[in-house]
Amino acid sequence: MTMREKIKEAAARYPDQRSAIMPALLIAQRQHGYLPGPVLEEVADILGVERIWVYELATFYTLFHTEPVGMFHLQLCDNVSCMLRRSEDLLRHLEEVLGIRKGETTPDRLFTLSTVECLGACEMAPVMQVGDAYHGDLDIARIDALLDRLRAEKGHPAGAGHAAAASPGE
Amino acid sequence: MFEPVLLKNVDVRDGHLLPTYEAGGGYQALAKVLRQDTPDEVIDLVKQSNLRGRGGAGFPTGMKWSFVPKRVDKPKYLCCNADEGEPGTFKDRIIMERDPHQLIEGLAVSAYAIGAEIAYVYIRGEYVTAIRRLEQAIAEASSKGYLGTRILGSDFNFTVHIHRGAGAYICGEETAMLESLEGKRAQPRLKPPFPAVAGLYASPTVINNVETLVCVPHIVVRGADWFRGIGPDRSPGPKLYCLSGQVRKPGLYELPMGISLRELVEEHAGGPLPGHKIKAVIPGGVSAPVIPERGMDVGMDFDSLAAAGSMLGSAGVIVIDDATCMVKVATRIIEFFHHESCGKCTPCREGLNWVVKVLRRIEAGEGAPGDLEQLEKLCKGIFGNTFCALGDGAAMGLRAALVHFRDEFSAHIEERRCPFH
Repeated sequence: MTMREKIKEAAARYPDQRSAIMPALLIAQRQHGYLPGPVLEEVADILGVERIWVYELATFYTLFHTEPVGMFHLQLCDNVSCMLRRSEDLLRHLEEVLGIRKGETTPDRLFTLSTVECLGACEMAPVMQVGDAYHGDLDIARIDALLDRLRAEKGHPAGAGHAAAASPGE
Repeated sequence: MFEPVLLKNVDVRDGHLLPTYEAGGGYQALAKVLRQDTPDEVIDLVKQSNLRGRGGAGFPTGMKWSFVPKRVDKPKYLCCNADEGEPGTFKDRIIMERDPHQLIEGLAVSAYAIGAEIAYVYIRGEYVTAIRRLEQAIAEASSKGYLGTRILGSDFNFTVHIHRGAGAYICGEETAMLESLEGKRAQPRLKPPFPAVAGLYASPTVINNVETLVCVPHIVVRGADWFRGIGPDRSPGPKLYCLSGQVRKPGLYELPMGISLRELVEEHAGGPLPGHKIKAVIPGGVSAPVIPERGMDVGMDFDSLAAAGSMLGSAGVIVIDDATCMVKVATRIIEFFHHESCGKCTPCREGLNWVVKVLRRIEAGEGAPGDLEQLEKLCKGIFGNTFCALGDGAAMGLRAALVHFRDEFSAHIEERRCPFH
């Protein structure tokens, strides 16, 4: 299905096209990796809604990216339950081994490092989301092993996130 | 002996699949109400059970349903709040990932009771596995006739849609969730009108939490008296408790409402980490005021925790031990609320920004005399003056930390450093 067809299918779930802006942005982001201005305009055109309605959602919700992110978006939770299980040590380690600060992307565009608010998986704190997957009960050794796996996956990013064919909730 | 019902399938192999759910008696509650109960009888049953909303506020579910007008020319909607963003909370995720049919049956019975033919399940966008499992379960249930038109030979038609969120804690506030479902920025609405009268698309709407909805089929099958027989009569039922933080056995526990916080943490969750003592516990997600160790004999139910100056909230129980700085915990909590403030009202948006600045300088050893009084003044300016409960939760939590751990705050200012680092 094309992006337009997917968006039209999602919009059929609602009596009002405006409700479909969020699912449409998720579809568009899955397709393009992020949401630059022309993509936002295309979403507005497909749904026949005001452009400002699309812009305001793309900038309000944290899962929408208006700037490019790396192939693997490392999203480390640093809320209370993870903090109590030493997520700060993991952040420091990630910054060191990747050579970037949180909020930045590696020059090879492989990794973007972010801290995020509670991921709702506190039973396995400290936890980090990469693409669609949660990784829990993390320590420095597990982080290193995970980074190695992701680097090996580099050539086959299907499992990684935004390049995957099907996205849930579309 | 307490028998878990809500988590019955959670650790069962293939617990998320329809055959497993059916083998355990699944969809019999739906068959029963469609066969023999009027919608009003289902509402009465839920009223008699004293089921109170598990999302945090503890509002009586049957009463909420009874506010929906009977005769209107608009469609009625059921919305499920699965936005689970309260830090320390993960119960709804585990239900949706491992026993999604339980939620679908809860939705179907509840929709029948209020006269809704469409439900939207608003799931936070990060919960990809939960979304996939629920999508699969909806497809299974539809193919077996538990969803769709003329369900199980009755006149009841019902469709469930998933609406995937995109990262905004405020969507857990029910009117903000409705705004988000309508494709707007998630900012709370002025009430009244209440959603039961004018909610989604200005139609009568009921919003219930995942855990609330999954209680409903069990009440139908086992009866209101069974439910009321578990825990305190005014706040009864089986309850999911999310244990996390500095505790030996973090995880999800199903136990009676009203169990003591001490028993929950020390016996069920194994107590503090080796070599440590518990200093404090947050009993209901970070919106719930912290309870110092000496207060841990409190019962984990809506009324007992309110009487103790805290709240059950989402039952996200976060254990904090003696190696942890309470100023740091308080700072992190207020940073969270500040980040998640939707920006609509000034006391929350600007007040929390100011509070964060003061807390950060205290934690950094740069606090000034008068800072604690300044924090109290800011809490007073926020509490009760905001559009929704986000600002209230932040102010209540900070006030409790200032009352119970004032010595730690003062030590930071007097010693001009964090005593824990």
